[in-house]
Amino acid sequence: MRKRTKTKHFNRDTKYFWLFILPWVIGFLAFTLMPMIYSFVISFTNWNGQSVMNFMGIKNYINIFTKDKVFGVSLRNTFFYICVSVPLNTVFSIFLATMLNKKLPGSNLFRGIFYLPTICTGVAMYITWTYLLNGTNGYLNILLERIGISGQNWLGQSSTAMLSIIFMDMFNIGTAMTIVLAGLQDVPRDFYEAAELDGVSPIQRFTKITFPMISPVVFFNVLMAIIKGLQIFTQPYVMTQGGPAQSTYVYGLYLYNTAFSYGKFGYASALAWVLFVIIIMITGVIMGTSKFWVFYREEV
Amino acid sequence: MKGKKRNKAMVGNVVTEVVLILLALLFLLPIVWMFATSLKTQAQMTDPTKLFAFPASFRAYVEGWGGGRFLTYIKNTVVISVLCVTGTLISCSLAAFGFAKFQVKGKNIIFMVVLATMMVPTTVTLIPMYILYSKLHWLNTITPLVLPSFFGASAYNIFLLRQFFAGLPNELSEAAAIDGAGWLRIYSQIYMPNAKPALIVVVINQLVFCWNDYMGPLIYLGRPANFTIALGLNAFKGEMGATMDIGPLMAMAFVTILPVLLLYLFFQRYFVEGVAASGIKG
Repeated sequence: MRKRTKTKHFNRDTKYFWLFILPWVIGFLAFTLMPMIYSFVISFTNWNGQSVMNFMGIKNYINIFTKDKVFGVSLRNTFFYICVSVPLNTVFSIFLATMLNKKLPGSNLFRGIFYLPTICTGVAMYITWTYLLNGTNGYLNILLERIGISGQNWLGQSSTAMLSIIFMDMFNIGTAMTIVLAGLQDVPRDFYEAAELDGVSPIQRFTKITFPMISPVVFFNVLMAIIKGLQIFTQPYVMTQGGPAQSTYVYGLYLYNTAFSYGKFGYASALAWVLFVIIIMITGVIMGTSKFWVFYREEV
Repeated sequence: MKGKKRNKAMVGNVVTEVVLILLALLFLLPIVWMFATSLKTQAQMTDPTKLFAFPASFRAYVEGWGGGRFLTYIKNTVVISVLCVTGTLISCSLAAFGFAKFQVKGKNIIFMVVLATMMVPTTVTLIPMYILYSKLHWLNTITPLVLPSFFGASAYNIFLLRQFFAGLPNELSEAAAIDGAGWLRIYSQIYMPNAKPALIVVVINQLVFCWNDYMGPLIYLGRPANFTIALGLNAFKGEMGATMDIGPLMAMAFVTILPVLLLYLFFQRYFVEGVAASGIKG
């Protein structure tokens, strides 16, 4: 008798479970899975959206890896962005969160201010930064010259354009900072008290207690930042249009232009799939290394 | 010995405080500069070394407003944002509740699929969707921008809400089930009201995303009458060309961030506490 009711409940649960996730299931099929299959199929064609679709095997992919110079350039730029930006933002978010966690006077206000650019990110800010970073009368140069540093044409020269975008994006770390802060507040106080009794140095306290304890959230932040960074588009589109000398011509821009400026849907789909595979590979590598530096509390 | 240690901690705190103040000023600089520049007259604009110029003038706002086209952009953006937020709230919370409160075979695998969709670059699905929407004659409408949100398009928000629902005790639903409440009522009348902090985070996430989104509107909205603020602002920048008077542009930039800014001032507590409350950290 008892067993029967249990089974009945289980069945009812199954039905309701599917009902609850039904909108997502429909969305997944219609907006993710089917388009993915379609995109994969047209990546083997030379389709431009209008004329007939000609299948040409893996020619698109061969061209990408052997003939396409812009592919190499844009991928290199994107990797440069990630390799500088992700470590920088990770360190910076931990740095900010650690300072905020000291609960000094005004720490709530500071937290609010540090989160502000994350809220206002978008074209309005990118345009503002474009003028702030201007080479001739940008306010940043004016400030720098006041403290004796000579200004640069930050966005106008290929050596500094990408670095300027990376600098600007350092201000958008509100989410990462907040997540790290929440992680810091979860570290049991007695860990530090015990460390203090043992006379542990501040550096050791960070490397042996704090970092291991917050490593899961840092891991999450790093992964998100990389996936987001690989798709960076709006900043260079608005601020530099990929220039000067293609120094900020990132993968997202190249893909957008291939599809929507030149109408090469087939080739653009192949580019998109290459990006997808790159994301999967990088995620795999990071997850693989995670066991060396990410500690979950059960193991402690 | 102890006094020395305390002194050292004091010095450390003072240094931290100074660093925090300097960084806060740097973080505020772009918005302050944008606002200050928007209050300059054309004559004051010629001296860029002064951050603030007196007397302040609102002429840039009048010039930038341009017969109210920014009102259209703001209206369009508000409509898209409100629809997106509504859709996300409903569809993501339903899915999250399902994943958090049911014990069903294969559930974890499906949830892994939800998380895996975060890795799929938008550009993979963008081209097929663009073609489909153009066949359906949905280009230049807001449908492509809002429809997916009603079908759980935001995996991140599903994840966030699932974590929160999972943290709420099961006893809540058991007690209600004894009273004869169905699952839909348990979800809508017991769990949803209790998930307010997490729901507010979702609203904010989605709102900020829609308000600032550029690529979506760029691809789907071609006519200026449909433009969102992001598109309108960049188009305005294009028209300004090489003119030295960026006052009107900065004025309109400030107008477009003002709604989010005000929202942030009123709900700051939720913005910063919410992420912690939502339990992403786990």
